[in-house]
Amino acid sequence: MSETQRTREFITGNEATARGAIAGGCRYFFGYPITPQNKIPEYMSAHLPEVGGVFLQAESEVAAINMVYGASAAGARVMTTSSSPGISLMQEGLSYMIGSELPCVLVNMVRGGPGLGNIGPAQSDYWLATRGCGHGDGQCITLTPNSVQELHDFTARAFEIADRYRNPTMVLADAILANMMEPCDVLPPTEMPPADRPYAVGPHGQERERNIVNSLWVDFDEMEEVNLRIQERYRQAAEEITDWEEYGSDEPEVLVCAYGISSRVCESAVDEAGKAGVQARLVRPKTVFPFPSEPIAKWAEQAKCAVVVEASMGQFVEDVRLAVEGRCPVELVGHAGGNIPAVSEVVARILEMTS
Amino acid sequence: MGKVVIDQERCKGCMLCVEFCPKGILAPAKEVNSKGYHPIECNDEDECTGCATCALMCPSVCIEVYR
Amino acid sequence: MTTDMKQVYAYPDALTEVEMRYCPGCTHGTAHRLVAEVIDELGIKDRTVTLATVGCSVYAYEYFDTDAVQCSHGRAPAVATGIKRVQPDTIVFAYQGDGDLASIGMAEIVHAAARGENFTVIFLNNAVYGMTQGQMAPTTLLGQKTTTSPRGRTAPEAGFPIRVCELLDTLDGPAFLAREALSTPPHVRNAKRAIKRAFETQVAGLGFSLVELLSTCPTWWGMTPLEAIKHVDEQMTKCYPIAVFRDRLAAQEGEQSAESAPGEGE
Repeated sequence: MSETQRTREFITGNEATARGAIAGGCRYFFGYPITPQNKIPEYMSAHLPEVGGVFLQAESEVAAINMVYGASAAGARVMTTSSSPGISLMQEGLSYMIGSELPCVLVNMVRGGPGLGNIGPAQSDYWLATRGCGHGDGQCITLTPNSVQELHDFTARAFEIADRYRNPTMVLADAILANMMEPCDVLPPTEMPPADRPYAVGPHGQERERNIVNSLWVDFDEMEEVNLRIQERYRQAAEEITDWEEYGSDEPEVLVCAYGISSRVCESAVDEAGKAGVQARLVRPKTVFPFPSEPIAKWAEQAKCAVVVEASMGQFVEDVRLAVEGRCPVELVGHAGGNIPAVSEVVARILEMTS
Repeated sequence: MGKVVIDQERCKGCMLCVEFCPKGILAPAKEVNSKGYHPIECNDEDECTGCATCALMCPSVCIEVYR
Repeated sequence: MTTDMKQVYAYPDALTEVEMRYCPGCTHGTAHRLVAEVIDELGIKDRTVTLATVGCSVYAYEYFDTDAVQCSHGRAPAVATGIKRVQPDTIVFAYQGDGDLASIGMAEIVHAAARGENFTVIFLNNAVYGMTQGQMAPTTLLGQKTTTSPRGRTAPEAGFPIRVCELLDTLDGPAFLAREALSTPPHVRNAKRAIKRAFETQVAGLGFSLVELLSTCPTWWGMTPLEAIKHVDEQMTKCYPIAVFRDRLAAQEGEQSAESAPGEGE
């Protein structure tokens, strides 16, 4: 990726995501329409052919993720994007990709649920990303941007991460980030990366043994060995790519934890609480699998309490509690169904907890 | 003049080759193989024409034919 | 072996040495052999990818000596689409059973066919779920007893059998569609001819090709292998007539031979 050739543009999160993917070397896109992320496939259908890529509208999300599986098995940098119900339908395919140790990138512009829900912003697919990804022991490596710029950059980087750990990598955002416009320093499209994946299927003459992409291991020990290999990659990822940002006081009374769109609310809340005389520090994970437990544990040591803010009913808070390990009380400010926690209620909770 | 070579270990004794052998010279062996099947054998090699109908019908892919 | 004898039937190069796990008399093995022979005859082994699916043929990747991808239940046509969009010159075939293709995977097969995706499907129709122990399949005949239609399939309870070739024949996308039976020597020869045609269609880049092979499941039909092939011939072909439904390669060849006017040719 060429940092020097960025151009500043005013674009939506959806467009930033699509262009981030092309900058990250993605040349294959398979997806199915679902609001609020339709501008991504629309952009891809218009622009992937310009860089020698392929866009294909699948007959369903189930088919889309299996097309991704095939393209990845053939050695391509490939992605799909969707929103909550569509990601539900992809769970089996993701499990197969994890089990077959194949990379791909998927973007979830989360909407209100459960069920058909609505097309408002939500963070209620946190478990779907960090606990879900289908049956078996395996998760998606999950990146959580909180701006149009980060949607662009994280999506571009997700391809490299997926390749490095041979695991599906999810960019987890929401309907607001998808559709709002912000200035974004846009990366130019990269050259198509060479397909040098030794495990990929395809024409090979006599040059190598045959390749088999497979997640069926009838022998228990062999199946466990695959699992251990996958877990070892997650351990490596935890070491190498765990990422977060902090904001606010160095001597906090209150630790505030939030990711994605809620973290932007919390930056304002930390400022407002400071004006009201309560020092707070925000820890904002930029990756939630692997999860940045260390900074959370560190600040929980000093703080009187932790306030966790999420646009869901208590999913992200569980990982925070695991990181805090009882060092201080953990309080949830949660909303659902398209509502995002407001600055005023976060501030009110911070003040209430310290009074 | 032909000859069939039937892999006695791979044969599952399904009888499809026996049924379609135009000379009627294939039959299950009295002995069983290690999987417990009575493998098929040719009991009159002089009659074999090497037509390969047996191999065509064999689901176990255990027959080679020479002519 | 006398030295003046020539081998006229050999183990196909495109099959590995792994012994197939199929029950005695199950025609999966026959189908595998025919596909392997076609791969050998076309010289495409090193650029073929086998798609194994879910069912008795789940281990196809162990039997075919090619690159392979194991697919989730019913999704092989989507996986094939993904591979072919990345590698148009790779030869891809999906080996699917009736439950995989005509039940759980109906959407994927129909849409891949409608798009005219340039890959080949070998569709084994034995009217039963073999691997899961003999349940009713979408292609189970009316009256046929299975472990989930113990009194025999009836239309009011379970609807009618699905004719996949006829259904796909309503679409413009497919380039080759045929149904053959793995029952008697003439039928098996025709089956191989159809399989070869399907692969040739893909090699020529003409689009989607599918061969439905009427097959046996002696174990779950409760028949001997011989009774089972008779059942294919006498009962299954009544519901599933043997036919070549579509052959665009022939149409193309027809055009070519029409272009080279009489007298100008060889």
